[in-house]
Amino acid sequence: MNILIVLIPVSVLLGAAGLAACLWTLRAGQYEDLEGDAARILLDEEPAFFSDEG
Amino acid sequence: MTIAACPGCVVAAPSADAVARSLTESEAALYLALPQIRCAACIAGVERVLAKLPSIQAARVNLGAKRVRIVLLPGHDASAALQALNSAGFEAHELDAAALRPTSDDTGRRLLARAAVAGFAMMNVMAVSVAVWSGAGDITREMFHWVSAAIALPALAFSAVPFFASAAVALRAGRMNMDVPIALAILLAATTSLYETFAATGAHTWFDAALSLTFFLLVGRYLEHRARATARSAAAELTALELPRATRLTAAGRETVDVAALMPEDRIALAAGARIPVDGIAEAAAMVDRSALTGEAEPIAIASGDPVCAGEVILGAPLTLRVARRAEDSTLRRLAALVEVAETGKHRYSGIADRAARLYAPVVHGLAALAFVVWWGLTGDLHHAVAVATATLIITCPCALALAIPAVTAAMTGRLFRGGVLLKSPTALERLAEVDMVMFDKTGTLTEGLAQLPDLDPAPASVALGLAQASDHPASRALAIALAAHSPAALSDLHEVPGEGVCGLWNGAPVRMGRGEDGPALYLPNRCIPLPLYERLRTGAVAVVEALQGQGLEVAMVSGDTQARADALAARLGIAQVYAGVRPEDKAALVHSMAERGKRVLMVGDGLNDTAALVAAHASLAPATALDAARVASDGVMLRGDLCAVEEILRLARRARSRIRQNLALAAVYNAVAIPVAVLGFATPLMAAVVMSSSSIFVVLNAVRR
Repeated sequence: MNILIVLIPVSVLLGAAGLAACLWTLRAGQYEDLEGDAARILLDEEPAFFSDEG
Repeated sequence: MTIAACPGCVVAAPSADAVARSLTESEAALYLALPQIRCAACIAGVERVLAKLPSIQAARVNLGAKRVRIVLLPGHDASAALQALNSAGFEAHELDAAALRPTSDDTGRRLLARAAVAGFAMMNVMAVSVAVWSGAGDITREMFHWVSAAIALPALAFSAVPFFASAAVALRAGRMNMDVPIALAILLAATTSLYETFAATGAHTWFDAALSLTFFLLVGRYLEHRARATARSAAAELTALELPRATRLTAAGRETVDVAALMPEDRIALAAGARIPVDGIAEAAAMVDRSALTGEAEPIAIASGDPVCAGEVILGAPLTLRVARRAEDSTLRRLAALVEVAETGKHRYSGIADRAARLYAPVVHGLAALAFVVWWGLTGDLHHAVAVATATLIITCPCALALAIPAVTAAMTGRLFRGGVLLKSPTALERLAEVDMVMFDKTGTLTEGLAQLPDLDPAPASVALGLAQASDHPASRALAIALAAHSPAALSDLHEVPGEGVCGLWNGAPVRMGRGEDGPALYLPNRCIPLPLYERLRTGAVAVVEALQGQGLEVAMVSGDTQARADALAARLGIAQVYAGVRPEDKAALVHSMAERGKRVLMVGDGLNDTAALVAAHASLAPATALDAARVASDGVMLRGDLCAVEEILRLARRARSRIRQNLALAAVYNAVAIPVAVLGFATPLMAAVVMSSSSIFVVLNAVRR
């Protein structure tokens, strides 16, 4: 029974962490071009606009 | 394996977008449309080309929207990027950033955030609830209720806002919509559950049901929003394609300015084939194509000093124009504004969703109220009566019903979008399904605007072109445009004989182009070749007329052109009903008279002269080549040049209608079973959770199946 006092907050916190990650991806605009992101996985080179920044 | 080939590294790429985003508000961010990109190689190709240009700071391709967003260094414009992309083989067009800006998808992002919160809360509360359902004891049960409340209440306060807001708006306006029962159920469930938690009566709480209801409905709403937003942003892109720039001639030379900045008395240069952006006065004789405004297929000769209207197309030669009115006062804009006013009338059409809500909400609320009164009266137990009423509202809550229609519209709108058709109005599908008569505009819709000659051998063609170029006669001009692919023959002694045509010498022999038996003809030394001027039929025109008539729909043609030309074309297409010589305002009147005869007309048209009819019709479609005003006025835009899309749209619309009906029937059956259970007081939260999710899933699956 007492273990619930620990486990429930832990499970809620883990869920909240997932939620926070989801909200962050949303804000970063990662769902704006799902088709393009799927295709980008196939690219075999560095993204063009990162080549000079290393 | 190179480092960059690992997916983890590619995930870092969105920060390129973040770089671009941080500069969003600076004026230097631009969008280019890339209509032909379709794969990973295109993304890499475009970005590689752009990365080589010194004027570009960042670029990010959006494959879904088929466009690239570029951030320019100060003092540069997009011309270098356009040129580089075009020469690398990627078709690129600049888009008007001002026209696109409002389409940044904040609504969608907010809906998704709310759905994420509701989903998170739902899963946690359900995990706790499972323990309660499987028989957790007193203290544990009480604690679990408190945990549920702590998670559910803030989550509901954030996630369910769209339903509360929409319900409040509807109630304030004295209307009923689907959100009223939803909001009421969520509110009631939350309040009674909170009471149970406080009073610790040992009865059920409904936090999980309220949350899963919110979650499912938010997902449905997001899907619907997404389908429509794609259609809208593509439509906005079409509008943005007509570049709002003009070349102004000043004492210092030429400069490129926004059309909005043009003032009366400015002089602007227009290239041959350009659409005139503002009303003005021609400074030289010219040929213009007025078909967009008047439906006349033949080019018209205007003299120096004649007025021209925005929307007309300059043919043949470049022209200098003196601006007469500012862009926002142009004839075109004023007509567009009229159309906009007329359009609001159409929004009064109430879709199946509204009608269902009007029927459904009173029934459910009535039942819940009845259950409450009867239980209270019979048992005298107020607490139990409230619980039964809540259960009734939750179980019957229109999860399936509220999803039934959006899921179908989202699925069908998405399918049409992939097929190159953008639907703009939420009720367009329903209205399209009811159509029983299709009325086509002739010029620009059934036919492609330009005159097109039958195939000619190269030698006669080059002679014909040489002769045509020597004359300003409308027929000559049309011929010259149609023959532009050839090179003119070397002719000497060219002169024009009024009424006879153009004469000249070709390799020493006399040749002439002039009036033939029907239409112009080319007279070579030993033969005579008739040069009938055809308007080329748009691809699929014959097939679509046949298919529509095969489905038992009436097909009619309406045109501002002469009776003879209209009849000739109608005969080729097999259309019996022809209305020729119809003026713009009469087109709308024609549509109205059809409506009075009980016809539900689908108007397909592209010109300014069609806009009033497009608005007046029960449903309307415009090809992508149509003028802005026509695209705005119509319910849908066909991106494909192929007219067969019309038949497909109607077929999918009817399928959507039958799916909606199936879904409503499904929801009705489910309610017929669930309501008695709830009213009799047998419903438990577990039952509600299972039944609600399964009905929603059935409805969505039915919507997305082929």
